[in-house]
Amino acid sequence: MRNLIFFIYRYHVFFIFFVLEIAAFVIIFRFNNYQKASFLNYTNGVAGNFYNGVSNTQEYFNLRRVNDSLQLENARLRSQQITSYYRNNISISNINDTVYKQQYDYIAAQVVNNSVTKRNNYITLNRGRAHGIEKEMGVISENGIVGIVMNVSDHYCTVLSLLNSNCKISAKLQKSGAFGSLVWDGGDPRFARLLDVNKHVPIKVGDLVITSNFSTIFPEGLPIGKISEHSLDAGDNFHTINIDLFTDFSTVSTVYVIRNLFKQEQQALEQTLPTDKK
Amino acid sequence: MILELITYLLKFIGIILLQILVVDNIELSSYINPYIYISFILLLPVTIKPWHALSLAFICGAVVDALSSTPGLHIAASVLLAYVRIHYLRFATTKEDTESRIRPSMSKKGIVWFVFYCFTMTLVHHTFLFFLEIYGFQEFFSTLLRIIFSTLVTVLMIVVGQLLFYNTKINNG
Repeated sequence: MRNLIFFIYRYHVFFIFFVLEIAAFVIIFRFNNYQKASFLNYTNGVAGNFYNGVSNTQEYFNLRRVNDSLQLENARLRSQQITSYYRNNISISNINDTVYKQQYDYIAAQVVNNSVTKRNNYITLNRGRAHGIEKEMGVISENGIVGIVMNVSDHYCTVLSLLNSNCKISAKLQKSGAFGSLVWDGGDPRFARLLDVNKHVPIKVGDLVITSNFSTIFPEGLPIGKISEHSLDAGDNFHTINIDLFTDFSTVSTVYVIRNLFKQEQQALEQTLPTDKK
Repeated sequence: MILELITYLLKFIGIILLQILVVDNIELSSYINPYIYISFILLLPVTIKPWHALSLAFICGAVVDALSSTPGLHIAASVLLAYVRIHYLRFATTKEDTESRIRPSMSKKGIVWFVFYCFTMTLVHHTFLFFLEIYGFQEFFSTLLRIIFSTLVTVLMIVVGQLLFYNTKINNG
């Protein structure tokens, strides 16, 4: 027993190091998965306030107010647009005389913190639970998509930027309708890659890439970018496609968070599907 | 003693603010992500108790993590850095250094010693951090480039910071 205590005392530095590293790895593995992330929920409020103060000092006060009102108007107009309505006219009930039912709602938000040079980039917005934002809502800018809401506090939310290794977005080619997944492999923040597009699909430079209708996060048909370069290696089944993103992540400042009003319905329905036994 | 604590607290806040507000916003290239906050750990006194150094590194990493939305990455890297530093300093300091309670600074130990110390420590920290960030070795060479460039820039910044903030004569020893 005395030997054991002596042993621990002798190597106590190593033991402390070991315990702290274990603690760090527990945090990493528990919280790095963005769906489960809750560590950031605690720090989000504080960090959000902090960044908000920073961003306040960086903006002209008047410009900001004008921007806000314009943005609110924009959000309102966007949610009245025909594309954010769900077509209801296939329904057999003709009693309900509304042909369109609103499916998507847009919430205007300001970027208060952003990065583009890291391997895993995150964005902080100045809207949170109090404004109706929840986890896994899509975020778009006026040009194209930006990312997915990751964590929400009362007045702020953090967004998993498209420029992040954990971010994979279902996309398709507008012309052929071929599906692929959009990822960012580090490097230049202006370009991303489209994976899993089969080799028989004809593609050419300049083709438009839009969001697919598979996800409950983004409505179908939002612009993402256009093909800047593509190649097909011999023996490879999939095209290698580089995409020029429409959103300029280094200057993005006003964004919209998309609320899918039918999301719960769709997910609840999909949960009733029988799952494979593992 | 109290005065010393307050100066360290102020240094800590200063270096974190510098990291978050200035350095994180320098967008030179995606291969250059300098992390100068580690200079807080690097410049702790030689004689500091090991468990103090490790806990301070933990706190430092946790604050940076909270402000840059990365759970645990900076904690793991800073704690490793503090641990390696303890062993490095055991070999790289003389008995007089430990008796006079110096900080590992350029003025006390000379520019060559200091740059080599910073470079080794930063390399350890950045290598661990960047590989942890991508979770494996799938983008090995681009990550290696990130590590090398970021390390060089971090070391440069720390050395320039030393020259700016500590007006001292450098003995080329």
